[in-house]
Amino acid sequence: MRLLYIARKNLLAKPLQTVLSTILLAFGVGMVSLMMLSEKQIKDQFERNIKDIDLVLGAKGSPLQLILANVYHIDAPTGNIDYQAAKDVVNNPRTHIESGIPLAYGDNYMSYRIVGTEYSYPEHYGAILIEGELWTNTYDVVVGAEVAEKTGLEIGSTFYSSHGLTDTTDVHRDKTFTVVGIFDRTSSVIDNLLLTGIESVWGVHEGHENADKEITAMLLKKRTPMAVLTLPNYLKDTNMQVALPSIEINRLNQQFGLGADALRAIALLIMTLSFASIFISVFENMHARRYELALMRTMGGSPGKLYKLLLLEGGLLSAAGVLIGLLISRLGLFVLASAVENKFKYDLSDMGLLTVEIKLALAATFVGLLAAALPAFKALRMDISKTLSNE
Amino acid sequence: MIQTSDLTFSYTTSSQLIEFPDINCDASGKLLILGDSGSGKTTLLHLLSGMLYAKSGTVTIAGKTLGRMTDRQLDQFRGEEIGIVFQQAHFVQSLTVVENLRLPAFLTGNKVDADLDKRIIELLERLGVGHKAHSLPSNLSVGEQQRASIARALVHQPSIVFADEPTSALDDRSTESVISLLEEEVANAGASLIVVTHDSRLKSRYSDRVELKSLDK
Repeated sequence: MRLLYIARKNLLAKPLQTVLSTILLAFGVGMVSLMMLSEKQIKDQFERNIKDIDLVLGAKGSPLQLILANVYHIDAPTGNIDYQAAKDVVNNPRTHIESGIPLAYGDNYMSYRIVGTEYSYPEHYGAILIEGELWTNTYDVVVGAEVAEKTGLEIGSTFYSSHGLTDTTDVHRDKTFTVVGIFDRTSSVIDNLLLTGIESVWGVHEGHENADKEITAMLLKKRTPMAVLTLPNYLKDTNMQVALPSIEINRLNQQFGLGADALRAIALLIMTLSFASIFISVFENMHARRYELALMRTMGGSPGKLYKLLLLEGGLLSAAGVLIGLLISRLGLFVLASAVENKFKYDLSDMGLLTVEIKLALAATFVGLLAAALPAFKALRMDISKTLSNE
Repeated sequence: MIQTSDLTFSYTTSSQLIEFPDINCDASGKLLILGDSGSGKTTLLHLLSGMLYAKSGTVTIAGKTLGRMTDRQLDQFRGEEIGIVFQQAHFVQSLTVVENLRLPAFLTGNKVDADLDKRIIELLERLGVGHKAHSLPSNLSVGEQQRASIARALVHQPSIVFADEPTSALDDRSTESVISLLEEEVANAGASLIVVTHDSRLKSRYSDRVELKSLDK
């Protein structure tokens, strides 16, 4: 027999009260932890994809759209720009640009985007081939890990592309793509893309209007900070613009942030409620159990030992609530990840315990103990004789 | 086994001093303390078992003077040397009868083992509640609860057992059987028995009696 056993029995003797307190705490902890997890995941994902892209050059339009389309591949492009003009921007010493990676869109395979680019693009994200090699001929294609897994494409597979970014009805039957390589998982946008040479994208659209030597965007790395100041002026009279990923994403985060703050406040409120519920249930129990506690004193139980018992009850309650809460948040994230993955092709499957979550768990358990400690302290200062005779 | 001398007590809320007659009971002796309600019976019992501190005078049990012990020592001493049967049987409601009977040993840090369990079951069987050993206390009738609480008062082999109105909640027939069982088991254990009651049905059974005078309130 152990104190822990008696504590457990005491809790189970009041199943409704116990379950209510646990569920309240679990939901509070679950919501806070879910927010922490998803915030971190989204932030990580966004930052991993920005990497060293200082500026994005593309057609005029919404700067945010330009970033979302060409860095994250989740929005439609703003339009096309002339390849030569873009190369001029990179090579002109006045623009303070060190290098650029061209991206050309046009087609998709089963809703995964086919991007015409150069070898520097997969290199930029540290993508490593696990099979095959990079593209050499027109219509050679290298597929990302997620694409390979979801579509079943293998080395040597051939397919037709469909026009547009998501539509799968308008199929180009004349040109056949051949898979020559597969990338290892990078946890970046590369996982969800099919990469090929720019000529392949041009080739597919031969005969279409605007098909000559156009690209969708150029990812730029600046040589000096001056680039940010000089470029907008340089592009003033062209159909091109530059956008800064870090600024656009910050703006996006601030918009999201407001909603997140409100959610966090609600979660904290639920947690506070659950602590109040633990406090009240221990307090109520204590009153009903005063006689029991006095009885245990007459059987040789020291106040310290009984105090430990009551703390254990509070501790067990909060520990159970915290554990279930962390499980709930993972479950929530899993559901969220499946939903988000289908829509935006983002992977939210990293479910490790965060440092902040460990702090959250410790803090919640501690407050739970405290909620039990106060009424317990009061109960154990009772007069045994009075308690037993005032029956 | 137990001696008191010049025991007095007063509640902090009243200036009235309660004086108690001296009590003396040998090892394995039995003593009846008789008094009407309001005569300070329960107060005396709590003084004897160290739940209250006397204003003056001493209580000595098994050679030890209660007033000289710290609270901690007193808790331990009560748990080992004293068994108490309360007027109304109370148990830790979430634990089964057997588990409740393990509590005295557990709370005093003594061994809780198979030997103890064997003793508990034997005791419960002799008291006629063996079949309820694994039930929750709330599933026992009042008489069964009282018998289980006798078992609890004896399970840790105390040297003295106090019974506070052990029969007041029982009818004549149960009173007879409960008090007989109590006396029998206390005698078996070789402990002293002190019964505190207003129940004159018990008067004839005890040659040693102390009568408390009514207090004028």
